[in-house]
Amino acid sequence: MFARFRRKYDLTDVILWLIGAGLLLAIVYGSFVTLSSGKYTAEQWLNFVIFGLAQGGIYGLIALGYTMVYGILGMINFAHGEFFMFGTFGAFFMADYLAGNGMLESNPFLSIVLMLLVAMLVSATIAVLTERIAYRPLRRAPRLVPLITAIGVSYFLQYTARGLFGSGVEAFPNVPALSGAVALGPISLQRSQIAVFISTAVLLAILWLMVSKTKVGRAIRSVAEDKDAAALMGVDVDRTIATSFAVGGIMAGAAGVMYGLVFRQVAFYMGFVPGIKAFTAAVLGGIGNLPGAVLGGLILGVIESVGPSLFLDGIGIPSPHQLKDGIAFTVLVLILIFRPSGILGERLSKRA
Amino acid sequence: MSIDRPFRLTDAVLYGLYGGIAALLIALVGMAEAFSKREIIADVISMAQVMLMGVAFVAALFAANKAQSSHRSITVASGIIAGAMVGLLLALLALAIEPLNMRAMFVNANRQLVALLLPFDQTPIIGGVILVGVGALMGLAAAAITYLPSLLRRSLLISLVGVVLIALLEDVLVVVLPKNIGRFVYESNGLTIAGAVVLFVLIFAITYLWLAQRDNVTRRFDRMPPKQRRIWSFAATITLLVVLFLLPQLIGPYLSEVSDLVGFYIIMALGLNVVVGFAGLLDLGYVAFFAIGAYTMAVLTTPELPIVRAVIPQLNFWQALPFAVLAALIAGVLLGVPVLKTRGDYLAIITLGFGEIIRLVVLSDALKPFLGGAQGVTGVARPTLGSSVTDSPQEFYYFILIGILIAWFITARLKNSRLGRAWMAIREDEDVAAAMSINLVGYKLLAFATGATLAGLSGAMFGSKLGSMVPASFNVLVSINVLAVLIVGGMGSLPGVIVGALVLIGLPELLREFNEFRWWVYGAVLVVMMLYKPEGLWPEATRVRELREDEEPNESIEDPTGLAKPSEA
Amino acid sequence: MDLLIAKNINKRFGGLQALTALDVFVAEKSIHSVIGPNGAGKTTFFNCITGFYKPEEGEVVFNGEEIQGMQPARVAQRGISRTYQNIRLFANVTVLENVLVGMHRHLHTGWFGAVARFPKNNQEEAAAREEGMRILKFVDLHRKADYIAKNLPYGEQRRLEIARALAGKPSVVLLDEPTAGMNPRETEDTTTLIRRLRDDLGITILLIEHDMRVVMNVSDQITVLDFGKKIAEGDALAIRSNPQVIEAYLGRGAATGSNYGHRQAAAVAGS
Repeated sequence: MFARFRRKYDLTDVILWLIGAGLLLAIVYGSFVTLSSGKYTAEQWLNFVIFGLAQGGIYGLIALGYTMVYGILGMINFAHGEFFMFGTFGAFFMADYLAGNGMLESNPFLSIVLMLLVAMLVSATIAVLTERIAYRPLRRAPRLVPLITAIGVSYFLQYTARGLFGSGVEAFPNVPALSGAVALGPISLQRSQIAVFISTAVLLAILWLMVSKTKVGRAIRSVAEDKDAAALMGVDVDRTIATSFAVGGIMAGAAGVMYGLVFRQVAFYMGFVPGIKAFTAAVLGGIGNLPGAVLGGLILGVIESVGPSLFLDGIGIPSPHQLKDGIAFTVLVLILIFRPSGILGERLSKRA
Repeated sequence: MSIDRPFRLTDAVLYGLYGGIAALLIALVGMAEAFSKREIIADVISMAQVMLMGVAFVAALFAANKAQSSHRSITVASGIIAGAMVGLLLALLALAIEPLNMRAMFVNANRQLVALLLPFDQTPIIGGVILVGVGALMGLAAAAITYLPSLLRRSLLISLVGVVLIALLEDVLVVVLPKNIGRFVYESNGLTIAGAVVLFVLIFAITYLWLAQRDNVTRRFDRMPPKQRRIWSFAATITLLVVLFLLPQLIGPYLSEVSDLVGFYIIMALGLNVVVGFAGLLDLGYVAFFAIGAYTMAVLTTPELPIVRAVIPQLNFWQALPFAVLAALIAGVLLGVPVLKTRGDYLAIITLGFGEIIRLVVLSDALKPFLGGAQGVTGVARPTLGSSVTDSPQEFYYFILIGILIAWFITARLKNSRLGRAWMAIREDEDVAAAMSINLVGYKLLAFATGATLAGLSGAMFGSKLGSMVPASFNVLVSINVLAVLIVGGMGSLPGVIVGALVLIGLPELLREFNEFRWWVYGAVLVVMMLYKPEGLWPEATRVRELREDEEPNESIEDPTGLAKPSEA
Repeated sequence: MDLLIAKNINKRFGGLQALTALDVFVAEKSIHSVIGPNGAGKTTFFNCITGFYKPEEGEVVFNGEEIQGMQPARVAQRGISRTYQNIRLFANVTVLENVLVGMHRHLHTGWFGAVARFPKNNQEEAAAREEGMRILKFVDLHRKADYIAKNLPYGEQRRLEIARALAGKPSVVLLDEPTAGMNPRETEDTTTLIRRLRDDLGITILLIEHDMRVVMNVSDQITVLDFGKKIAEGDALAIRSNPQVIEAYLGRGAATGSNYGHRQAAAVAGS
């Protein structure tokens, strides 16, 4: 019996499961303590969840780009968070301009559409250029090479933004139509959060239609399945990959606008942490899986927003909100160790 | 690789465009302006001008190289076109800054930049034309240089770069050089014209001779009987050690300070080299082990932190050092076990996650009584030797040197052993390595723990040298920094680590203007290295073959007859 | 005595049943071939033995010990080594180094030994190199010990892969199409080499091969797979005359319109 067990699992597995069980115990215990103490009201919890969902929607939009690129090239595009950052800057300058001539106030809907367009254009352009200049020549290189390149691109873009736009944090202009809250029964929703929900849903629907119904989508899926076979079938592989970078960039640009509206700030370093979190979301939902990316984003957003109060507080950790990012990274580590195929499973071919 | 098609002049335009974008970025991120006060040759040319002209030159070089196979006039024309394009884009920028009020978006798009781009106080149009002309001239020079014999071309380029470097390092070299030579070569800012010419000729002569004779020398060395060869290498090693021993006295306290910093990175990079270079595991959370070494040293030796002091007595440097290294080693094993089970690329991101978790935990109030929170810890012990305390950078240098020698010895021995081979196997093909009965997790763990230990050693000394510890010095940028050192030097190569650390850590410290753009340049350097020289500046023979896969994609390994069937399953 | 026993092996990939209730008994010091049309599950079977796949059902017994589901490294540790259908050498290091990696399980130098280089470590290393040269001599590659593996011609790469598999002194070697892509001369040399593995070194060989001449020539026992099922088993004579085998090859060839199947069927029936 024991011999059979030893044969199937080695010591490292046992240690892993012990760590996992320990964490689970801590979470359950912490949650129990917090909930039984009644420190937070039901409305507060609900607000945590809603805030988490709004944040998660943004992660989800960014995660779409990670998931598409990973699905097609099998590479982690570390620079994707920077595409998002540039998109936010694009939206910021557009918003600044519109605020200057009063459009932001008089015609908020058109303003937001314009901001979206600019942000998407900026992000998509940078994404496509990055692919063309840095990634395309390395498609046959050993796997470490494109990965390191992506890290290099990420820092290059980040510090380009710092040099171009300055190292400070800029305040995103206020869109009057989106400030304030709407009461929906017992819960109150920030208008900007509603905007995030609607935009995420619409964009995801468009993307879904594109990938599943159009010729471009078919090309993307076929390249993800097998590049060589797709090429033999007359699919222009280079162009398809560039398209998927563009689409990923567009989603990141949209996420940038949402981020600006909700968090009201821009800075050159803002792409890094959301980038990693979005990657976490992508893995959580099953990398290569489009709806999974958004689902993963929402789940991560909620965990991150509820977690500090729910279990860290309960375990007795002082100022738990400092560890909000820590929770996200812990989720990342756990999901990669215990279930790298994610919740919904991987859609695209598995890579070693 | 794309199919070769005949060269077209539009390709030259494209290269010019890429070069132009690079030049625009250099101007707009503020790098040009930062370097405009730095004269290379006093009152003749500034570093900013050298940089922008250099971009035009390189863009033209690419275009001309690509056009090599076509007619000579086309080569020259494409060089000129590419160079002129760079000038044109810069001229357009200079003209557009004020009318478009670009300052509103780009913080560096100001008057000074315009003045820098349009010298001689010309009217904008004429200034612009001059810019285009200079670009074209650079293009012409680049095209011309492609026709020189390779030996001549390489020595020319090396001596140009050399002169610029010597000019940039004025502050440092003036201190070291004898007074009269210094006065001949340097003005208060930049080289004298005569100095520049003499330096150029000198470097040119030396590089030319060396490049021409190098093969001869190495061949003679190879042909020596083994015994004689051993004597020679022994003599060389001894000389090197003597020089290293005397170095701090020769270069003074400031340069010793810089050497110390380079040294910390060399030890760290030698450690990461085992993880990334030998075993092929991309660890982006490497800074965590550096931090653990530093914090262990700090917590064990500081008089602060009453809670800790109540339990553990205050130790001195030597007592704390083994604990610091051990802590890093244990952390390496503990983190390694879960991390190393993950597949491929996920390892990079999971280590990144772990590194961030550790930083956040250290920063948090939760552990403040033990680790000092955001304020950190001060009063870390310095090494003592007998009764004297080491606190000058020159004295500290020797401790670091010993650390480097230990790290070098260990990694060099590991590399050429059964372990080194097992790591190579894992790096090249995990499945096959497993089929050779190599325990993947076990050997990865060994690599990980070795790397962590060396990082811990470096961290412990770093903490002691600094005397105080703040969590901000342990962010992910340090990991990227070490990785960049490896990449530039050459993954897996030990001498490469030294070269990489000197170039990436030493140079920026000596060029104060550069520091602000350090990360920007590192990012670009990583990309450019991966695209054009993935094996690094001082590569290891195996690695050249391995990383240059795209040129010769194992042609002979693939079934030439096409008879082998596609794999089942 | 049967050295390697596979009993009732079932392996599925999603909805695809790759192997169904497969029983294979490999006698010690024999050459046992596994043949079958493309996609019959031969390489899958190899992967189930070496631990790269875990069969859903059934057991693999080696030397009296159950090894199914074991980590590949542990299986190899017990003395099973293999070669690959598409050559998988360590392409960028020397020929000798490839063999030295193969000797991993018989060497003992650990971390401290590697750093300190005690006399016993140096002796071990020197002995390993000598042994490596001996193995290279066995496959006639000793003159190329310092070549970079990827620069060897195709046939020699195949031989080097066999040498690397031998370096671990295995009791069973799994050869996956060792003659694929070879010209008739090279094929003949390889056939001789396979026989020498059994006769000179006393190694048990499990062989996947498409070239029927080779199979009929060297095999002590042949197992025929089709769609993951065993359809026949026996010595060369029995297999050659087995109607089911001929049908499996001919039927497949006729259905896909390629004449590959015909040729093979002819080879099965005729040679």
